[in-house]
Amino acid sequence: MKENIVENSGSNVAIPDLLIGSSSPHIRTEETVDGIMLDVIIALVPAMLGSIYFFGMEAAKVLILSIGAAVISEALIQKVFKKEVTIKDLSAVVTGILLAFNLPSGVAWYIPIFGSVFAIVIVKQLFGGIGHNFMNPALAGRAALVSSWPAAMTTFIAPRAIDATTAATPLALMESGGTLPSVMDMFMGNIPGSLGETSALLLLIGAAYLLYKGVIDLKIPVIYIGTTVAMLFVLGVEPGLLIYHVLGGGLILGAFFMATDYASVPVSSNGKIIFAVGAGLLTAIIRIKGGYPEGVSYSILLMNVATPVIERYTAPKLFGRVD
Amino acid sequence: MGQGNLTFKGGVGVPHFKELTEDKALERANEPTKVYIPLHQHIGAPCEPIVEVGDKVKVGQKIGASEGFVSAFVHSSISGEVKGFEKKDTPTGLGVNCVVIESDGLNEEDDSMKKYNDLEEVTGEEIISIIREAGITGLGGASFPTHVKLSPPEDKKIDTIILNGAECEPYLTADHRLMLEEPEDVVFGLKAIMKALDVKNGIIGIEDNKMDAVEAIKAVINPDDNVSVAVLETKYPQGDEKRIISAITGKSVPSGALPMDVGCVVNNIGTSKAIADAILRGKPLYERVVTITGNSIKEPKNLIAKIGTPFEELIAQAGGFNSTPGKLIMGGPMMGAAQYSIDVPMIKGTSGILALTQEETEIKEPSKCIKCARCLTVCPVNLQPIYISAYSLEGIFEKCEEYHALDCVECGACSYICPAHRPLTESIRLAKREIQANTK
Repeated sequence: MKENIVENSGSNVAIPDLLIGSSSPHIRTEETVDGIMLDVIIALVPAMLGSIYFFGMEAAKVLILSIGAAVISEALIQKVFKKEVTIKDLSAVVTGILLAFNLPSGVAWYIPIFGSVFAIVIVKQLFGGIGHNFMNPALAGRAALVSSWPAAMTTFIAPRAIDATTAATPLALMESGGTLPSVMDMFMGNIPGSLGETSALLLLIGAAYLLYKGVIDLKIPVIYIGTTVAMLFVLGVEPGLLIYHVLGGGLILGAFFMATDYASVPVSSNGKIIFAVGAGLLTAIIRIKGGYPEGVSYSILLMNVATPVIERYTAPKLFGRVD
Repeated sequence: MGQGNLTFKGGVGVPHFKELTEDKALERANEPTKVYIPLHQHIGAPCEPIVEVGDKVKVGQKIGASEGFVSAFVHSSISGEVKGFEKKDTPTGLGVNCVVIESDGLNEEDDSMKKYNDLEEVTGEEIISIIREAGITGLGGASFPTHVKLSPPEDKKIDTIILNGAECEPYLTADHRLMLEEPEDVVFGLKAIMKALDVKNGIIGIEDNKMDAVEAIKAVINPDDNVSVAVLETKYPQGDEKRIISAITGKSVPSGALPMDVGCVVNNIGTSKAIADAILRGKPLYERVVTITGNSIKEPKNLIAKIGTPFEELIAQAGGFNSTPGKLIMGGPMMGAAQYSIDVPMIKGTSGILALTQEETEIKEPSKCIKCARCLTVCPVNLQPIYISAYSLEGIFEKCEEYHALDCVECGACSYICPAHRPLTESIRLAKREIQANTK
């Protein structure tokens, strides 16, 4: 491009002969995909630290294996497919953390690795990479692990235990009729469970950060949790026990961090409402009538699969159109 | 930002960048020595020249006219001699026939248009013919001839006139300054439109980032004017015609219909001022306020400049460039048209000349869509830009049509907000052109 100096414009500044002529708009938000993923990671930090506090270095080991396997498998599969390696967008890190949050501490080393590789390679990259996963990769990874190693995936360690005694989760206790922990312990996270599902408080701190940053909004989490509670009540759960259902069984983690995964939920506002109501109904039904005491991950996965159908029927009504 | 101010659904908060010029009082631009007045500046029939080479012309003398109703006359902005006709690229067209006039420095005014002291002296019909004679067009950007807008078919009953003082485009402050400095004229113009259409309800909509303008306008409204001010939430694109109607009246203009179908006529602040000038001072539209701004401009300012003045001269009067500009835009950064050269004349639709720096112009590499759905949230028409764009980029334009691509107003909100920096508006615009080409 030839440049000329325009002197009569009052300043001797070089003006290209041809300025950029792209079409509008000419300004863009500063926000980036990497930035959004970084925000999600920041939001998960309190619960990560909490998991290490409650379950010790075993939890750290699960986190490292899970995140490491997610990032490395993403880079490798992209190399194999001769695609651009996109691990710097941090989405694999998010998947790794969320998968670890769904695992009990003390699992064998190959379990987080298998789960992450399955989540990244099968669920995410084979379907087109970021934005194209039709299911939540971390939850799909967990589902694969539950069916492969059912015993290991449901053996939980008591929090702050020196000798790694195994213990049942509050919702499992509820089914078997054991003594429940206090609501305060449930809220703080001083209960047996998978890495990230125990402390409602720490998860909510992270969720508040995501709400503040505009990464997620309240629609899906509030409707999801609300529907779950309402349906549990309809199914005859004692009102006094509902709080255990909200704070336990990974509902907070699922509602704020999994059911808000952009790629696997509907894009339209009404679609999101249907998604959240559906997930809530399924969670309650699985918990009370089904075989799993938690039910959150399968509910979300089922609604993930229903998402294309939901989207088809929930296109937003156009401004100024009646049809 | 005031809570509970009127607004529409959707939209996006964009940075204003108005601080560059919002406190800069209107300043008269230097007299151009030579002007290039395009005979075609907007939608509608081009004008034919009615002067010849060598003719002496005065300021405000009609130099181009057209038989077509959807057209606006053009007038000389200086006094001097017609030097010739030249095909020139203008901000909105390539190779447009321009009248080249060289100034004699006398600024002698043409007095063929009558001056009136107040609205009592003119009838509604006369107002519309004055507006036509003065060549007034919408000064917000699209430049639709105003007399056409004010001549709805018999069966369309108009009950509300809205003056659009939203000025929701970032950077631009031309309307803001007019409301502050010429509030009487702005309100007078509105009352003239109300009289022309026999309407008893006039509303001036102003975004709440311009509360000083709200006060200035309120201070000159008389109780028996039937004029009120509506304070609007500052949100883009609040100034879009259908959006401002929705915000103020709650009515939705049907898809494919016009504001008159819900009884509204919307005009811009600058247009209203031009109408006042035409009636009170017999002055056709040959000059307007232009905001010269952007981080690449040394001394951003609001100039009253004459139609036909080369951009280059106006930029020079704003101190020139302080760095090599990346982009030069006529209008605002959301919907304005990028210029490839500074060698274009200003036209009636030139609300601003915006020079962005090279850093600001840097094109961010688009990454994959993550389905965050922000584009749906901000779309003022409730479209699903994510899907229209995806189909457009695949060349499947029938699908774009199914997803109502033609309802897109090209406001740019989706492209602005996309964290993956995808060319959403751009690809939807392409789809619209393809669909329209295929149906012709």
